[in-house]
Amino acid sequence: MTRSQRLDATFAALADPTRRAILARLASGEAAVTDLARPFAMSQPAISKHLRVLEHAGLISGRRDAQRRPRRMEGKPLAEASEWLENYRRIWEANFQRLDALLETLKSRERKGHARGPKGVPR
Amino acid sequence: MSNALTLKLMARGDREIVMTRAFDAPRRLVFDALTRPELIRQWLLGPPGWTMPVCEIDLKVGGRFRYVWRRTSGEPADCGGEAMREMGMGGVYREIVAPERIVHTELFDEDWTSGETLVTSVLTEQAGRTVLTTTVLYASREAREMVIKSPMESGVAASYDRLAELLATRAGQEKA
Repeated sequence: MTRSQRLDATFAALADPTRRAILARLASGEAAVTDLARPFAMSQPAISKHLRVLEHAGLISGRRDAQRRPRRMEGKPLAEASEWLENYRRIWEANFQRLDALLETLKSRERKGHARGPKGVPR
Repeated sequence: MSNALTLKLMARGDREIVMTRAFDAPRRLVFDALTRPELIRQWLLGPPGWTMPVCEIDLKVGGRFRYVWRRTSGEPADCGGEAMREMGMGGVYREIVAPERIVHTELFDEDWTSGETLVTSVLTEQAGRTVLTTTVLYASREAREMVIKSPMESGVAASYDRLAELLATRAGQEKA
């Protein structure tokens, strides 16, 4: 897989709450499929399906046919994904927090019934 | 509340990056904040210490916009170790449907995205809140890959423990 394909697979794998919970569990140490299935109201085959997605994305290791083999978290794809995320997130979150503050100002000006522009925006 | 506003980012397909953020305001206000220079200059600033001395907008289909940021204090932007003082960018509006949709092209003066990008902003409002979804379509698969790769290349390697922590927190919140 190219880096871009790996990122796609990583993000797709992380898009599901069960898979994120599985990863969170594996972050504290390797675990067998039965242990991973326990907190969820799900059959073992359903959990195995989630594990295959995580394996395909390279987020965990363990062969799909080896049910008893403990799964373990793999750091590299997460590091790649988070590196990219962190940087974008930092810049945009700072921008959007300023936008939040600006929107609050605009809203409170409207509530106070200041003179409005043609589009209902305070001048 | 702050959790519900959280910025979501994802790579989609070969050439896109999709960014979603909720705002606690009606969308006509968010639309104005995205299209009126005197408002844009108050928030679209990037890292601390940067200002936006130029913000010109001709808000019509085929109209151009031009943004210039200048570093007045603080840390230099990390662009491959070179300290940057000024950064410009511009483009053309392709679609404008107030207050719900804006499509524009975008190109930095120092073309670090390997060609023009097409940016689609969609605003949806529900119960006085607005979700802004911004999709950036890069010129090629390689262009997006470079963008993903470049910004932090020289920076500190991201800590995977921190992400695991984040995942654990989010998983905890979802269970709660």
